[in-house]
Amino acid sequence: MKIIVAIKQVPERDARIRIDASGKWIDLQDVEFAMNESDAYALEEALQLKEAHGGEVVVLSAGPERAGKTIREALAKGADRAIHIQSADETELAKFDALGVARLLAAAIKDEQADLILTGLQSDDLGLGQTGVILAELLGLPHATLILKIEKTETGLKVLRELEDGWFLHLELPTPAVLTIQSGNSKLRYATLMGIKKAKTKEVKVISVADLAANAPDSKPVVLLDAVKLPHKQRTTQILGGTPAEAAAALVEKLRFEVRAI
Amino acid sequence: MSSVLIFLEIKDRAISRISWEAMAAAHALGEGRGLPVDVALTASPDNPILATIHGKAPRTVYAIDNPLLHAYTSDGYTASCAQLIEHVKPAYVVFPHTYQVRDFAPRLATRFHQVLISDVTGIETHAGADPSVPPTFIRQLLQGKLNAEYHHTGSGVCFLSVQAGAFRADEPEAGATIIEPFLPQLDAAQIRVQPGEPFRASAQTVDLNSAAILVSVGRGIKEEANLPIVQELATALGAELAASRPICDNGWLPMERQVGSSGQTVAPKVYLAVGISGAIQHLVGMKGSQCIVAINKDENAPIFEVADYGIVGDLFEVVPALTAAIRKAKA
Repeated sequence: MKIIVAIKQVPERDARIRIDASGKWIDLQDVEFAMNESDAYALEEALQLKEAHGGEVVVLSAGPERAGKTIREALAKGADRAIHIQSADETELAKFDALGVARLLAAAIKDEQADLILTGLQSDDLGLGQTGVILAELLGLPHATLILKIEKTETGLKVLRELEDGWFLHLELPTPAVLTIQSGNSKLRYATLMGIKKAKTKEVKVISVADLAANAPDSKPVVLLDAVKLPHKQRTTQILGGTPAEAAAALVEKLRFEVRAI
Repeated sequence: MSSVLIFLEIKDRAISRISWEAMAAAHALGEGRGLPVDVALTASPDNPILATIHGKAPRTVYAIDNPLLHAYTSDGYTASCAQLIEHVKPAYVVFPHTYQVRDFAPRLATRFHQVLISDVTGIETHAGADPSVPPTFIRQLLQGKLNAEYHHTGSGVCFLSVQAGAFRADEPEAGATIIEPFLPQLDAAQIRVQPGEPFRASAQTVDLNSAAILVSVGRGIKEEANLPIVQELATALGAELAASRPICDNGWLPMERQVGSSGQTVAPKVYLAVGISGAIQHLVGMKGSQCIVAINKDENAPIFEVADYGIVGDLFEVVPALTAAIRKAKA
């Protein structure tokens, strides 16, 4: 089975949020980056499928040069090779909307003839939750989202989909197909020392965003981001300060005399 | 004529709550832009649920009906909604942001060379301004740490989905509705995905909804071995223990204690969030609580946006101190 896994490098969850001079994104100075969480689970599913059924795992990622580090991490965990759609700088990809980025991804893998394309259900930064689904439509493939488990069958795949409120559903679909993976089903593997060493020799095909966009038709965005702002508080939070003991005592007072819950 | 078209969902044999909220958003958009609102849902035209569609009177209720739509599939819903949109030609299409909508709406928008503006929490319609100024749609980035303002450009249809709890459902208003059957042309061969029956993984033995106080624990607890400190706090408070998704994913607490969009929705008297940053998926499950207390080391964590009381600090110091203070107060 040939599996493509689309992964994204995103700011770490604990990254400090300061709006940059453009007012459209955060200041990336001193920000650490990591593999998007649900993409890491998508990679894990791909590696497990390869271990069970053989084949090849190809990592696909769009981002500036720094994304190369996350790509190497995926290779170190066991992916066979990678395609890096490289942007010239931090802002080039921001000029594309979700459809525009998906068109770049589709163009980069059009000759790969993959059996399965996996990606995380949504990115931790933009949180659009759409890239995989749009990619499926662009490639004319069936898709399913919020997938926890994948089994290979005679005719295609049987997958477990998460619904709301603790409900689940099994789905069957033919391959090739696109699945977006929900976090949490498997334990993520660590890269071994041998894996890290091997990753250095694995193929990373770098294609520039500009080259791909030149061949992609009609990539003018239809949805534009105008500004980012720190959210307004929905409630007025009383921050209880002091030492842990002082803050705890203050909270007990509030819970006892104002909330009347103790 | 241009319009706002809102797609509703049926859940437990009624129009779902988030659908009513999305309808309120659609009406706000319609009023601000001077457009009428039409409603669509997948149901047989004689389904009694159609008569329960209340709120500000929509122009037409389209009952999308085809035997191939009895079970949800992304292929069936994409094709049938696309046909209705081509028929109605709305300016805006509004969805509730549910797991089902997330599954097919991006595909539907792509079919129109459009992009779904997903998980919208606010709309500024710019009523009265130059009509060429498009509405501003607000959605959250970076797990709720930032709000972003977006607009749609071009003359195509604008697709958006509305987050749970972001809009208040309108009060019922009597009004005649015209129910119009819409029978999409579907071919069984178009439906490539074959769904099974939905099931629940395990019987619920913990009803978080019956607890007056919930102590809920998140990633900040770091290890399973650290859980007893929050269990002790819960015991001291007479509270049930709940958790955010990563804790249940790790198997540290059973799934039935999970609060959030994939777990339970709760509204206790007190919700005490320990080491929970407050991602959107968690907030939608608990922001209706009467009093929210957050203990978190990151003062910028989104949980503080909904909290009434907050302690910024190391939970490994604060939680034992709080347990001791509660025991002392109750002694």
